[in-house]
Amino acid sequence: MAAAATPTSWLTGQGLGGRSPGFQFPWRSKELQRKYTGKAVYGQISAKFELKPPPYPPNALEPHMSKDTLEYHWGKHHRAYVENLNKQIVGTELDGMSLEDVIIVSYNKGNMLPPFNNAAQAWNHEFFWESMKPGGGGKPSGELLELIERDFGSFDRFLEEFKSAAATQFGSGWAWLAYKANRLNVDNAVNPFPSEKDKKLVVVKSPNAVNPLVWDYSPLLTIDVWEHAYFLDFENRRPNYISVFMDKLVSWEVVSKRLEIAKARATKREMEEERRKKEEEEENSEDEAVEVYVDGDESESE
Amino acid sequence: MALRSLAIRKAIGLGKSVGLGLRGLQTVTLPDLPYDYSALEPAISGEIMQLHHQKHHQAYVTNYNKAVEQLFQALNKVDTSTVVQLQGAIKFNGGGHVNHSIFWKNLAPVHEGGGEPPHSSLGWAIDTHFGSLEALIQKMSAEGAALQGSGWVVSTVVGFKSLQLFHHCCCHCLYVSANVHLCILFFASLHASFWQWLGLDTEFKRLVVETTANQDPLVTKAPTLVPLLGIDVWEHAYYLQYKNVKPDYLKNIWNVMNWKYASDVYQKECP
Repeated sequence: MAAAATPTSWLTGQGLGGRSPGFQFPWRSKELQRKYTGKAVYGQISAKFELKPPPYPPNALEPHMSKDTLEYHWGKHHRAYVENLNKQIVGTELDGMSLEDVIIVSYNKGNMLPPFNNAAQAWNHEFFWESMKPGGGGKPSGELLELIERDFGSFDRFLEEFKSAAATQFGSGWAWLAYKANRLNVDNAVNPFPSEKDKKLVVVKSPNAVNPLVWDYSPLLTIDVWEHAYFLDFENRRPNYISVFMDKLVSWEVVSKRLEIAKARATKREMEEERRKKEEEEENSEDEAVEVYVDGDESESE
Repeated sequence: MALRSLAIRKAIGLGKSVGLGLRGLQTVTLPDLPYDYSALEPAISGEIMQLHHQKHHQAYVTNYNKAVEQLFQALNKVDTSTVVQLQGAIKFNGGGHVNHSIFWKNLAPVHEGGGEPPHSSLGWAIDTHFGSLEALIQKMSAEGAALQGSGWVVSTVVGFKSLQLFHHCCCHCLYVSANVHLCILFFASLHASFWQWLGLDTEFKRLVVETTANQDPLVTKAPTLVPLLGIDVWEHAYYLQYKNVKPDYLKNIWNVMNWKYASDVYQKECP
């Protein structure tokens, strides 16, 4: 789903001029595109992240999400995350990395470094805008629906779980539908007996800026439950916001496409791991004869 | 034995409908504001005050009561899993009720002394620990602005404790740089939902500035801490009026700060 030209309604209000979105999501392209400013600082190339507008004009989600909300949420909050992130990483070793890499590195296994909040929020918000569309909602179809029914029992049970996660993420945070491929819930753990059944859809919630990328899951859908996301339209009635989001805004096409990419990524990773394991086995079998401990040797050495 | 438990069960049943249990299950109620909704303008709009009090705080009260009643039943049935599972809701909604009840008392209309600086022992303690009231205010506002998301901010003199949470370069930044914005950038990775507190450590008789995440009351940081002033830095506390310009909210709230309440609490603990 490529937005070839930025809708002018996002540009004129925000003074962006004719700048074209140079930042492409790693999700959609194998090669990470970066916008080079061309400014060499002591021989270094400075890459800057750009604020990409949602793939629809700001009033397109009315009456479910107001134009005011879009303009504040994207124009002020999201923009601030991107701008502050650029300021934070310029000249550091994070400068020049992809956004996903910046997130993983600054997550630092839970002991977050300063750029994490801005980097993760920049990623989360772009992912959030693309999860919605005018005239969205309804039910998914095809493989996505099959997997939902397999892993949750039924679409309605999934809806219940997702809405409950979003409602009980106390304070600020996000709720996610994610594809979990053979990862155990522990850092650095690899599932020793991977099977097709372990590759499943899960609903998870995360606080503040955290997202499932740091757990090595593949996010498919998200809802922003920071108060700024729904306060203007729903005040404190978060459950209403969540229902409206699921019924009227979710773009299941995007979610399906993300699932395809996630599965392909999981398969590719499996193949790589198998190949690596085979290489290791070959190496070890050469040394085996030398390493075997033979009982008779002890008496001989004396 | 059976007769006695039957009698108790009946008493509880009766108690539930009346709102008071003979076994002592008390529910909490939404406290009244000691001033009109619009009395804190222009610092905090009447719209926000009404929404904050009638919707948010009321929701914490309602949900806390619900959770406590469920807890009561689970305890009676010795349903330990449910008892444990309810802790999250109790902490969140109970904390929300505790914090907001203090918050309403922390604020006062200008014509009733809101914004008037503290005198007597609290004023002296602030000058001793922070140098001046302005220094304290600047510190609390800077920290509150820096921390992204929702929460409560407490002013601290014991700054080292909070600084340890940050990346080491932040420490440099706070002490070396006079530019608050730099600090904001570096601090931005912290809690999203929080409260900011000026508290009193009753053990060491020292003023502290603390932040607590989500709706955690100040006492969760240390049992010896007593809140003097709390600032609600959740987005719902300022969004309708200030939108994302949180620093303005944190600047203007001092105009309606009820230092009299803080002084009273301080003097009670440190006579």
